[in-house]
Amino acid sequence: MNIKILGSGCKKCLSLEGNVSSAAEKLGLSIEIEKITDPVAIASFGIMSTPGLVINDKLVSYGKVLTVNEVTKVLQ
Amino acid sequence: MSDFFAWLNAQFLRMDWLSDLVAMVIENGFGLDIETRLGGSVHFFIYDVIKIFILLSVLIFSISYVQSYFPPERTRKILGNHKGIAANTMAALLGTLTPFCSCSSIPLFIGFTSAGLPLGVTFSFLISSPLVDLASVILLASIFNWWIALAYVFLGLVLAILGGTLIGKMNLTDQVESFVLQSPIQNGLEEKELSRVERLSFSLTQVTDVVNRVWIYIFIGVGIGAAIHNWIPQNMIAALLGENNWWSVLVATLAGIPMYADIFGTLPIAEALVQKNVGLGTALAFMMAVTALSLPSMIMLKRVVKMRLLTIFFCIVTGGIILIGYIFNYFAVFLT
Repeated sequence: MNIKILGSGCKKCLSLEGNVSSAAEKLGLSIEIEKITDPVAIASFGIMSTPGLVINDKLVSYGKVLTVNEVTKVLQ
Repeated sequence: MSDFFAWLNAQFLRMDWLSDLVAMVIENGFGLDIETRLGGSVHFFIYDVIKIFILLSVLIFSISYVQSYFPPERTRKILGNHKGIAANTMAALLGTLTPFCSCSSIPLFIGFTSAGLPLGVTFSFLISSPLVDLASVILLASIFNWWIALAYVFLGLVLAILGGTLIGKMNLTDQVESFVLQSPIQNGLEEKELSRVERLSFSLTQVTDVVNRVWIYIFIGVGIGAAIHNWIPQNMIAALLGENNWWSVLVATLAGIPMYADIFGTLPIAEALVQKNVGLGTALAFMMAVTALSLPSMIMLKRVVKMRLLTIFFCIVTGGIILIGYIFNYFAVFLT
């Protein structure tokens, strides 16, 4: 499963990344996390507020840090 | 009654109690006379840093709460419902609610433009966003007074509205990089209203986020302020930026442009300059130039617009700031 975290490297992006990792671990999924930090690349997903979460090239959330539970839900 | 307000202002905004407290600690605790040069700088530094951090935290918290009602997606929708100068005015006003960060300007620019908002409206937003911050109004009132704070906001908004309108009138859409217009638009993945708890926790995260990002600028700004305050000779500053030189505003603006800092870091410098008899307009022009224009934000913008539009944007904002500086210097007598 390919996961992209969109964000310029702020604290929120790091906490989202952490939550994604723990959710994947809980579910026993193998994922590969890609960090997109370039503002133009971020904007190419059509979002204006970070962090954004993209799972298998599909945007699932933006502008907020999903909790571990919320990530677990979207990963399933 | 007005005495009561003056007292409130002095204690809560200017924090005279803190100034006295810091003076006491320095004089009794360290045996340093604050009338001396070293004592004076130490006092300025400690008092200003603590004051700015207290005000910053309280202000960012309350403003973030208001801001949680205006995510960029909603701002974009609101702006799309207005036309002409009303749209520019809305854009400038909503720009005051967004927090400072040059990294968010690119996604905003692309998001606004690809959704079909006029270029001029987007630029009104981009000019006002770093220049006029709701938090800065209170800080300006704290350091100077309410009239100066309101005049600053008013002129900053006028610059954003007129600058954006001017850019809009010039038909520069061909100056936007073509990929911008082809970007996809996400319109509210989940338009769920936030609960009060979510808004409060958002505001709290904003406070830690902003403090994390700007504390270094505040330390540098206050440090420079303290240096100006006590170490740089008055006549040197007067010769360079004094009220009697016609070029003062020009020098201050040009010096401020390449610098990159936020408004909280620049305020202490402006404060120290004014205390050294630099004209109010000169100090404010410096502040505006530092916050509104900077090398990093120009480099960012260059990726989405072509050189001609970037140059026009630069010239309009620079010209506007210089003009505002002269206006302030001319009318300063009525504001202080």
